[in-house]
Amino acid sequence: MLLVLGYFLGLYFLGSAIGGLVIALLVWGIMSLIAYFQGDSLLLAVSRARKIGRDDNPRLYNIVEEMKIASGLEKMPDIYIIDDPALNAFATGRDPNKASVAVTSGLLAKLNRDELQGVIGHEMAHVKNRDVLLMAMCAVMLGTIVILAWYATRVLFFSGMAGGRRSSRSGEGGGQIIILAVGIVLIILAPILAQIIYFTISRKREYLADASSALYTRYPEGLASALEKIAASPVQLKSANQATAPMYTVNPFRQQGRAASNLTSTHPPIQERIRILRAMSGVSLADYDRAYREARGAKAGIAPASALALDKMAGAAALRAPSPEAETAEESPQKVERARETSDMMWRLSNYRTVNCSCGTKLRVSPEFKGDSVQCPHCGRTLSVKV
Amino acid sequence: MLAVYIVGGIVVILLIFFIATYNGLIGLRNQLRNAWAQIDVQLKRRYDLIPNLIETVKGYVKHERETLEAVTKARNLAQSLSSGDVGARSKAEGELSSALSRLLAVAERYPDLKANQNFLALQEELTSTENKISFSRQYYNDSALNLNNKIQMFPSNVVAAMTGFKLGEFFEVKAAEEREAPKVKFT
Repeated sequence: MLLVLGYFLGLYFLGSAIGGLVIALLVWGIMSLIAYFQGDSLLLAVSRARKIGRDDNPRLYNIVEEMKIASGLEKMPDIYIIDDPALNAFATGRDPNKASVAVTSGLLAKLNRDELQGVIGHEMAHVKNRDVLLMAMCAVMLGTIVILAWYATRVLFFSGMAGGRRSSRSGEGGGQIIILAVGIVLIILAPILAQIIYFTISRKREYLADASSALYTRYPEGLASALEKIAASPVQLKSANQATAPMYTVNPFRQQGRAASNLTSTHPPIQERIRILRAMSGVSLADYDRAYREARGAKAGIAPASALALDKMAGAAALRAPSPEAETAEESPQKVERARETSDMMWRLSNYRTVNCSCGTKLRVSPEFKGDSVQCPHCGRTLSVKV
Repeated sequence: MLAVYIVGGIVVILLIFFIATYNGLIGLRNQLRNAWAQIDVQLKRRYDLIPNLIETVKGYVKHERETLEAVTKARNLAQSLSSGDVGARSKAEGELSSALSRLLAVAERYPDLKANQNFLALQEELTSTENKISFSRQYYNDSALNLNNKIQMFPSNVVAAMTGFKLGEFFEVKAAEEREAPKVKFT
């Protein structure tokens, strides 16, 4: 797509298609090189992450090491902490031997060991599947196309102001106009198409990382409940921006209560991810694949066929029991009950409705919600909302 | 002349296939050995942690002499078998795991011990080491599975048979009680 855009731009502006191709490739090449060699340190600097060692946070370090072993990575990734109350994490690094994992301090404080393990497993999967490189390259491609299209629009606009210098000079019409028309269409369409492709790839990789995390930890519930906590947290990450968004575990720009299941989202809707993880009967990629297809009603699964074939022979890898900490990390029941009552009251005061699902989940429905049924994020039942 | 080219072409393709498969097998076998070394690293780490743990716990739990001795014995047995075969070793390690979990369960009854910073740090290390052991075992078994599939499935089985590759042995957890991760309950 980059090449086609470059080709037509060159044909029109420089009179030679080759020139356009060269410029497009040059811009893309330079940006790729920067992304390849400086991408991770840039990203970490932009997110204001600080590096930690084993002694700074033995628990986090241990969990990362556990996941490193489970995923079979050869080298321990660097660990960074972002001082931010928001709950999020990301992985970066151009290849598995030069990777970094960053988590926010909010995440460290809020998640128990199993949940943290799930999140780290997800990030390790990104590293192991080389998603970071893939997404960086896709992002650079997208960026180049957007920049080229943007400049082309400017030039087109100004040359139009100057009286259509080029088209008046080459008066022979026909071919030139067709090229111009195709060029304009491309200028408009290319960035949009590139973005849609980019987002589709990004979402696919997120599902795949979820599946791999379940496989590494042998415990999908950990990641599911971590995602639930992250979804419930209202704090947005301050240091994230549109460019770095796809790197995170969950989209840092998601809005509360908005189903972000559209073409322009880098991440799959978080509730759907939780549902898929909870619907898994085992922990193998095949199990995730099945749960994914059931949840989406899609024919095509998420995991590559080769991985699935191997996986089937392995038989279902067994789920493991939650670690003891998960059971005891909860506060005493009365205290939780009291806190719940108080928060329920606060929600009622701001006109939120409460719907109880038969699976035990309590849903809060925003007063702005106009529909008359909601889907339970925990079990997937459809519930009616009575006013 | 044409026939010579065709036969030559087939030979070259077979040769390339042979080399690629052989190298793939070597890669998988090395991965398996590396995975085995990983388990070893973690098991050694556990041997190293245990004397520290015993030292720390000893002052607090006066009446649990048997539990402490069981752990020490299981550790020494496992360590002495560490150069033995996979089967005997995984059994000894399983026993060490359950002895350790009994000790940590006993430690629950001593609030003073649970307030000890040293003990808490050891606890974190031990929990994590247990996790690492099971994760590295998991990875080892996955690697063994990959290698075995390659060795037994057509067409790579031909190459494997010609070059004498042996099947990888799975690291199995014997009894049902050992299958459960040690119940280390920290409140």
